[in-house]
Amino acid sequence: MTDSKYFTTTKKGEIFELKAELNSDKKEKKKEAVKKVIASMTVGKDVSALFPDVVNCMQTDNLELKKLVYLYLMNYAKSQPDMAIMAVNTFVKDCEDPNPLIRALAVRTMGCIRVDKITEYLCEPLRKCLKDEDPYVRKTAAVCVAKLHDINAQLVEDQGFLDTLKDLISDSNPMVVANAVAALSEIAESHPSSNLLDLNPQSINKLLTALNECTEWGQIFILDCLANYMPKDDREAQSICERVTPRLSHANSAVVLSAVKVLMKFMEMLSKDLDYYGTLLKKLAPPLVTLLSAEPELQYVALRNINLIVQKRPEILKHEMKVFFVKYNDPIYVKLEKLDIMIRLASQANIAQVLAELKEYATEVDVDFVRKAVRAIGRCAIKVEQSAERCVSTLLDLIQTKVNYVVQEAIVVIKDIFRKYPNKYESVIATLCENLDSLDEPEARAAMIWIVGEYAERIDNADELLESFLEGFHDESTQVQLQLLTAIVKLFLKKPTETQELVQQVLSLATQDSDNPDLRDRGYIYWRLLSTDPVAAKEVVLAEKPLISEETDLIEPTLLDELICYIGTLASVYHKPPSAFVEGVVHKSLPPRTVSSESVESPDTAPSGPAADQPSVIPTQGDLLGDLLNLDLGPPVSGPPMATVQMGAVDLLGGGLDILMGGGGSSGSFTPAPSTTAPTNVGAPLDSGLGDLFDLTGGVGTLSGSYVAPKTVWLPAMKAKGLEISGTFSRQVGSISMDLVLTNKALQVMSDFAIQFNRNSFGLAPAAPLQVHAPLAPNQSVEISLPLNTVGSVMKMDPLNNLQVAVKNNIDVFYFSTLYPLHILFVEDGKMERQMFLATWKDIPNENETQFQIKDCSLNADAVSSKLQGSNIFTIAKRNVEGQDMLYQSLKLTNGIWVLAELRIQPSNPSFTLSLKCRAPEVSQYIYQAYETILKN
Amino acid sequence: MRNHPAGSEQGRKMIHSLFLINCSGDIFLEKHWKSVVSQSVCDYFFEAQEKAIDVENVPPVISTPHHYLISIYRDKIFFVSVIQTEVPPLFVIEFLHRVADTFQDYFGECSETAIKDNVVIVYELLEEMLDNGFPLATESNILKELIKPPTILRSVVNSITGSSNVGDTLPTGQLSNIPWRRAGVKYTNNEAYFDVIEEIDAIIDKSGSTVFAEIQGVIDSCIKLSGMPDLSLSFMNPRLLDDVSFHPCIRFKRWESERVLSFIPPDGNFRLISYRVSSQNLVAIPVYVKHMISFKENTSSGRFDVTIGPKQNMGKTVEGVVMTVHMPKAVLNMNLTATQGSYTFDPVTKVLTWDVGKITPQKLPNLKGIVNLQSGAPKPEENPSLNIQFKIQQLAISGLKVNRLDMYGEKYKPFKGVKYITKAGKFQVRT
Repeated sequence: MTDSKYFTTTKKGEIFELKAELNSDKKEKKKEAVKKVIASMTVGKDVSALFPDVVNCMQTDNLELKKLVYLYLMNYAKSQPDMAIMAVNTFVKDCEDPNPLIRALAVRTMGCIRVDKITEYLCEPLRKCLKDEDPYVRKTAAVCVAKLHDINAQLVEDQGFLDTLKDLISDSNPMVVANAVAALSEIAESHPSSNLLDLNPQSINKLLTALNECTEWGQIFILDCLANYMPKDDREAQSICERVTPRLSHANSAVVLSAVKVLMKFMEMLSKDLDYYGTLLKKLAPPLVTLLSAEPELQYVALRNINLIVQKRPEILKHEMKVFFVKYNDPIYVKLEKLDIMIRLASQANIAQVLAELKEYATEVDVDFVRKAVRAIGRCAIKVEQSAERCVSTLLDLIQTKVNYVVQEAIVVIKDIFRKYPNKYESVIATLCENLDSLDEPEARAAMIWIVGEYAERIDNADELLESFLEGFHDESTQVQLQLLTAIVKLFLKKPTETQELVQQVLSLATQDSDNPDLRDRGYIYWRLLSTDPVAAKEVVLAEKPLISEETDLIEPTLLDELICYIGTLASVYHKPPSAFVEGVVHKSLPPRTVSSESVESPDTAPSGPAADQPSVIPTQGDLLGDLLNLDLGPPVSGPPMATVQMGAVDLLGGGLDILMGGGGSSGSFTPAPSTTAPTNVGAPLDSGLGDLFDLTGGVGTLSGSYVAPKTVWLPAMKAKGLEISGTFSRQVGSISMDLVLTNKALQVMSDFAIQFNRNSFGLAPAAPLQVHAPLAPNQSVEISLPLNTVGSVMKMDPLNNLQVAVKNNIDVFYFSTLYPLHILFVEDGKMERQMFLATWKDIPNENETQFQIKDCSLNADAVSSKLQGSNIFTIAKRNVEGQDMLYQSLKLTNGIWVLAELRIQPSNPSFTLSLKCRAPEVSQYIYQAYETILKN
Repeated sequence: MRNHPAGSEQGRKMIHSLFLINCSGDIFLEKHWKSVVSQSVCDYFFEAQEKAIDVENVPPVISTPHHYLISIYRDKIFFVSVIQTEVPPLFVIEFLHRVADTFQDYFGECSETAIKDNVVIVYELLEEMLDNGFPLATESNILKELIKPPTILRSVVNSITGSSNVGDTLPTGQLSNIPWRRAGVKYTNNEAYFDVIEEIDAIIDKSGSTVFAEIQGVIDSCIKLSGMPDLSLSFMNPRLLDDVSFHPCIRFKRWESERVLSFIPPDGNFRLISYRVSSQNLVAIPVYVKHMISFKENTSSGRFDVTIGPKQNMGKTVEGVVMTVHMPKAVLNMNLTATQGSYTFDPVTKVLTWDVGKITPQKLPNLKGIVNLQSGAPKPEENPSLNIQFKIQQLAISGLKVNRLDMYGEKYKPFKGVKYITKAGKFQVRT
């Protein structure tokens, strides 16, 4: 008597037969028929044609039959909306049933029927059920509100269901509380701006109480909700942590990880000197390790999260290296993750063990894993200096195995080791050379060629080796070709006498026979360098290379902090912020370390990020942004969307600068080898020469200071709990300042002001702290001029002149963003010498030229000239062509970017034409805006 | 990663749909908690499955243009859930395991046949377990009140009397503060049994020294007590337990302050606690392995010689010993002689299994002989790891001992029993 019989109906007339059975008078037959329908549904068969017949079976006292019909309804109501209406009456009736099970079932099913017409009828029963005497019904109804909101959000708001839901957070039954929290969280997620989960110490207390008593799933919802709360000080944070810690011993791993998230987040607020901080650190390790003994799928998610935790707080698991040792029958996805964490935990103390393990792994079967293990040995060498020698000898042992992919992988990492410890392990080169022939992967070939070129003087037959590669030059991948070109040039510079022919050959291969522009450009550069100035060539090509950094694959600190807030979520599995894959998500950030007023030991209330304990291998990125984000208090609703760090964004400005300084007219890159990241500083002498020239000409007649726009309101009082900020930017005698007016429109006194900028395109940063001498009484204003400098961290913003500012006071932290006029960045020595101007104008390619119209300007050429000069836009020449005045102007930005301008003025026409040429054309538009602003005011 | 259409149309369900897929790639059950998601979404899963070659290696989280697929592999079945937005993957994975556990509990096995045989109950269960992505009732005690497990007798009775296997009263546990226990439990024989089961996970290196070892312990309970018994379980040496995961029924505060497990138990079988003992000196390794495995390049053959012996194990016998070895691909066949037990070698999967049985210290079991390699193939670089299973009855290797069990709240005298057993978990010897 099994259900498989339901699958064995004959194909022919199946639906017809079922129809007859559904309409049978016999209850039992009816039920069997519905079961058959459900069975067909489970395997994806379309039985929607039976809709009316199934719905007819709905009015029954038999609960099982009722449930089955409900199941069917949920599946097909959407495709048969008109028919679904037929079911409404039964639903409404069932919502009044004396049996709470039926009431709950009805309200639950109704919410699952996504038909607009039905939702109207749902409201009244739902309202009753939300206030039902039976908590089982209430908790089901709470979820139903979320369902309904998903179908028709407006309706839910109009009907006041959200408030009822909020009231349920104070329900006496913990299960109801948990479901209300879950429903509110879900609704809040689709409405990030709504203040649905307005958490305060009282509601937090209720949640913490419910946490102890509700089901495991409810605990997850509550913990995830708690994680979004921002405690007011370290005491509150500690007390929440204390009440959350017992969840670490829960059998459900999702509960454990959600608890870990709360603790990792609130820990940020605790002082490290606190005894409790140490206790908490110790308590975190065992549950994380325990997760690794669960099913492999759970292990995988746990490992991805541990990877984050280890980067943020390496101290938690530093003694637990062994649990990450790989078992040969772990699934490959677990193996690879474990390996990653092993390297992160590698230190001088455990390196011997780690290396022994890695060597073991390098003889396993799975190729991906073996490769990663070999690479890991190289990373250990680079990370733990004391182990480098041992790592190298391990790698040599592995090379001796002659297993092809092991050898290739080993050579790639040995190249990195050479770059970290130059002139230390060259004795192994001979062994490496023996394996030249077996290398068939581009990366390995390129690495080997790099080694040969770099150490050409120590390899007797370097020329022969390189020549052998040259034979099939055109069949090599670009990576190998570039490397070969550079290596042979290096060889030539080291041993010029014997290798002249070789270098000629490679240069002609690269420049004449290749279609690859990168290769050609590099070939030409070398060629020209070698033919004009061999000494300079030597300096460029054989320049000392910067050492590679310790760990290259750490997650950038700002992102890491954000990801810590997402422990346990998909974001933590992909190591990407949710904004990268789910729309409309507000960024979360770690809380700042706030000290409660009573503890006087650390009086430092200024915003201080966790930067101190972060690994400092990526020094230029993220620090400031990290700090700024760390100011974040309260639910992240009022702040502007913080841009995540765009990797490589700095390039725009840096790159423009490089090209300018490099001069020379070639667009090629001077990097001696593709793996070297630092730009070679060829153009330095040229640049300083320019600087001298400008010193002579610049700075005359610019005492008046540039144009200052009137103050505008940047932060309205209603957005900042009563603090209104208006301001403007000015530049006077070479110094930039931000002129602010702070107005207190609240009823309480404001004090403890502090300000911080997000990283921005030009590195603007406060040069002094924000000084507000006396507390600001209600209705009082204070004017402050905040001096700025341009030595802060740089990150490209969009728009370029966007500045994100965080202001803190005793009440909260507020964010606003403002656009600064670019002319505050025009420096006083921005007057270019005539000849130079002409040369530069010609030199900048035409595609970098942008034209703008400045309309409705009635000034004549001289007035324009003097007005612009006041803002450090210098007129270099003036010509009159066919009745038009042509002004040639130059200006320089604080970061050294030059902008050249041609301004055409026709006496009769109020429209000027402005042509701008710049190596970094991205700025042109903003320069134009500056012209507009200056000329029209 | 591509952006998701996270509009209201798509909704923000946790688990949107569930597909059950067997090893030959047939979708044999699908359940949608909201709108129907086409089966074609599983193509991404099949793609990943193909790439992974081994079924065990299919990554548990797969992203597709519009969904995420989070899956578990249990009892030769893939449970593939379809997710549309940011959710805690562990939440989903835990839930899926709970679904598999429930099937196991209801049908005695979690297999394709069992699921197909009970498809209506499966559907009712899934509906009862999850509502709008929120887990509803996942405790076996509660589920069994809502939906009666199938028994041969019941289905006969049902078909005669026309009664159903769906309970029509609200499960009492649903609402109380002890949701795991049903009310009105009655037994004529009141019994409480505890199994202390310890598994040794270890990696032993070539030379026989322990690279890594820890004990994964659990206390599984079978409690058949009437009424609302309140139990206290205490240990002789509770200090051993410093990394413990508890069943929700355990009062954490009591444990913190007194190191006593105090709880109102669920009815029936459940896992009371699981724990981990990792401190090296507490983890005794009960067996040792002497091995000599070598391959010769020119003769296309190799030698295999393995002996297993008992180490210190407190006078208890090591039994149920089974050794499995994944031999390298180049191995064609093996000609071995076992002094004890029997061995098999599967030339397709290259798995050597040696069923040793009981180890007697007087005569150590040995398996030795010749390995035939594929001629012409290069000699295998890697030496295989030996996977050992064993059992030791009446011993918890960590030394954990139950002191006493007290019952409050009920008047009767229950039968009590504690059983200890030690097993090999992931016990690997590298050669």
